[in-house]
Amino acid sequence: MTRHIRHAGYFCVLLLVALLLNAARVQVVQAPSYDRNPGNRRPDITRYEQPRGDILVGGRRVTGSRDTREHLRYERTYTDGPLYAPVTGFASQLYGTTLLESTEDGVLSGADPMLAPFPLWNDFTRARNAGGDVVTTLHPAAQEAAFKGLAGRKGAVAALEPSTGRILALVSAPSYDPQPLSGNGSAAARAWARLNADKDRPMLNRAVRQTYPPGSTFKVVTAAAALDTGVVTDLEAPTDSPDPYRLPGTRTRLTNASKGCADASLREAFTLSCNTVFAKLGVEVGVPDMTATAYALGFGNGGLRIPFPVARSTFDTTLDKAQLALSSIGQYNTRATPLQMAMVAAAVANGGQVRDPYLVERTTRPGGGTLAAAGSRAVRQAMYPSTAVRLRAMMRDVVENGGGRNAAIRGAKVGGKTGTAQHGLGNSGTPYAWFVSWAQGDRDLAARVAVAVVVEDAEARRGDISGGGDAAPIARAVMRAVLKSP
Amino acid sequence: MSKAGSTVATADPPTPAVSRLPRRRGIELALIVLAVLLSVYGYCAVGLARHGTLPPGAAGYGAGLGVLALLAHLAVRLRAPYADPLLLPIGVLLNGLGLVLIYRLDLETPGDRAAPAQLVWSTLGVALFILVVLLLRDHRVLQRYTYVCVVAALVLLTLPILFPAVNGARIWIRIAGFSIQPGEFAKVLLVVFFAAYLAANRNALAYTGRRVWKLQLPTGRVLGPIVAVWLVSVGVLILERDLGTSLLFFGLFVVLLYVATGRTGWIAVGLLLAALGAVAVGRLEPHVHSRIETWLHPFASIEAGEGANQLAQSLFAFAEGGLLGAGLGLGHSYLIGFAVKSDFILATAGEELGLAGIGAVFLLYGLLVERGFRAGLAQREPFGRLLAVGLASLVALQVFVIAGGVTGLIPLTGMAMPFLAQGGSSVVTNWAIVALLVRVSDSARRGCDGQDAR
Repeated sequence: MTRHIRHAGYFCVLLLVALLLNAARVQVVQAPSYDRNPGNRRPDITRYEQPRGDILVGGRRVTGSRDTREHLRYERTYTDGPLYAPVTGFASQLYGTTLLESTEDGVLSGADPMLAPFPLWNDFTRARNAGGDVVTTLHPAAQEAAFKGLAGRKGAVAALEPSTGRILALVSAPSYDPQPLSGNGSAAARAWARLNADKDRPMLNRAVRQTYPPGSTFKVVTAAAALDTGVVTDLEAPTDSPDPYRLPGTRTRLTNASKGCADASLREAFTLSCNTVFAKLGVEVGVPDMTATAYALGFGNGGLRIPFPVARSTFDTTLDKAQLALSSIGQYNTRATPLQMAMVAAAVANGGQVRDPYLVERTTRPGGGTLAAAGSRAVRQAMYPSTAVRLRAMMRDVVENGGGRNAAIRGAKVGGKTGTAQHGLGNSGTPYAWFVSWAQGDRDLAARVAVAVVVEDAEARRGDISGGGDAAPIARAVMRAVLKSP
Repeated sequence: MSKAGSTVATADPPTPAVSRLPRRRGIELALIVLAVLLSVYGYCAVGLARHGTLPPGAAGYGAGLGVLALLAHLAVRLRAPYADPLLLPIGVLLNGLGLVLIYRLDLETPGDRAAPAQLVWSTLGVALFILVVLLLRDHRVLQRYTYVCVVAALVLLTLPILFPAVNGARIWIRIAGFSIQPGEFAKVLLVVFFAAYLAANRNALAYTGRRVWKLQLPTGRVLGPIVAVWLVSVGVLILERDLGTSLLFFGLFVVLLYVATGRTGWIAVGLLLAALGAVAVGRLEPHVHSRIETWLHPFASIEAGEGANQLAQSLFAFAEGGLLGAGLGLGHSYLIGFAVKSDFILATAGEELGLAGIGAVFLLYGLLVERGFRAGLAQREPFGRLLAVGLASLVALQVFVIAGGVTGLIPLTGMAMPFLAQGGSSVVTNWAIVALLVRVSDSARRGCDGQDAR
């Protein structure tokens, strides 16, 4: 019997070994795939177990977390949801994250390994760090001024600090409140359905994700290319341009909205916004040099991250002369995001130097210590400094004597350019009102702010729409807000 | 010794106390203290992880468990001084760990606290342990009650059929708010019966009939008992829809039959019958059939968009645990939902203690089983041997069936993890098993001259 008891014992050992091996299979070998299984709610539970880090604007938290006491415990809240939605995006338990909530998710959710006290420490202890905060470059007063200025009209505002590339305002209208999307209940699903069904597309970030034909504001780029390449050497010299201008190789005749464009000097043509002159100049500069200047200013760059991606602004490089003429006045295939046009204005204000814009000043640990700071950005010289000086003068002329008078600010140098962009089939769409500008207080060493404003304004009658009338006052309010702050 | 039945003619003659084995009661005491401290540590770890403070009842909990364990220890010291010193500490540690896990899961279900009741049942279990150790002076007394045991076991097994089904299985009876699983008690009674029956009839059962290849098949005449037990198992399965218990009974009987007779033919017959029964039941019973489907495709319900089923949730819990576990109180095994404190308790251990933790738990069970087998080997008379082997195998099979079920090794069948799982009947039964093993090991080592037994 002893032998058989031993056999039975071996059998039990076999069972034990089978259990141990199988446990190792489940807990070690298969564990990664089980952890990723969509039916496994643990990643979500861990993620929402602690309050999310906050996004700060001007030293104030514009986000928060609400303890729901549910399985997915903390939900995102927003103090000024619609105002900052184009920056924060949403953080939803059902629909994921967007914009800063998405790109800075590692820091905000605490998953970023940099938050750990020591490398690999959390892998060992399985602790999860409290979420860090994200400090933005936004200027709250400028943001509010832009938001109020648009007043719900469809459009967007982007404002930069020209010397650094810090984004001071980023507004898209109509906006939406991201907070109803935060939870995981039916209310969130309803809000999601409602926002997606809205034909005004409130969740579209028009400041960075939508491109518009820049219209006359693109003449800043054409002027820069003409000056840089030496096509124009004297601002006051006549440009020998006819009015109307026949597009090369076609019978189409390009006309102007204003008189006095025939044979105008570059300075006059810029102030009057003469299509004929700039179309002709563009053709004289040629595709390669136009492209070089446009690309140096940021067109054609699909990889810009602020840190969320910015849509590519386009300047077509395979053009015949007629197309080039139209492209040079911001039509045809030329399209730009409002942020891109703010970069153009910033380059002029900053001596021709372009700095890539950014939105995150620094990220901090929960205690406030800096986790990562925005280093200085790479600089590109998009135009000669002398060209920038002359463009500054021309843009100031626009505000002082041209269509940009609505942007003038007492006690500051302001330069601007209006634009009214045609679009749609046969230019049948309601035109977009543009204004790009920069401002430098009389006591400032350098320009403090560059702004681009676009108003789609489908409501207004066609004749009323103009960059100077609709967009310039908004730009002025934003610039004033920045200049007023010390 | 004179109380022994007729089959125990080989009982040892009294030996002079010349070279007696060491009693090792001190070791037992030290291990019990360790087991109690580990349990209290686990209890404190849960509180610290969840609330950042020591749980208020930590001292009382430790004192309660300690007093229980000490009383049990005193009973052993008094009446079974030669007993194996590992059995009691393992029981205390597993029971303590079970209480910690149930307490920890209670935090997720504030409306349904199971730990206090489990503590009461554990107290009852230890009381039964003490009673058995004190009153049952010689395990061979049980041999007199062979047929009382089997009748009682069958009555206990059939009793729940009269009560309404709970969650698809008719294994509970509810009296005055208490749920009792009579099948748990029946397990021990059946082991006693099997051991006694086989000890008495092993010679007859060992007769071999025809020889097929290398297997010596038993003669047709003695096939009766095994067929009867098989029929009872299938009956249990069909009437109570309790796949695990029927598997357990049958497996236990086959193991004991093999140990008693040494005939591999019995194993062949057993496997054949088991296979027949399994195939038939798997085909006919939708309840069992769905269990097998779930085992083969644990994530099918997720792919079908119906969310994770219990087995999938259990596997997720184990996977989350990884090597070292999430830490007591920090897992999410409550996602398993129903039966998380009973059948799926091991998933909580797996998630919060990791592979290291459940490896340790498995080894504790393995050690318990091994001590049972050792007690059986050290015994001289067949009833004691079969009883010890049967009880140890009972624990081994039970652990395998439920632990294999929740880790996806075999189809899941509802069964209590010995000592760990919530369930009063189970805890009490397991204490009875440990008590009987203590008794058998004591008698084995008491009679030793210190030479051939360890």
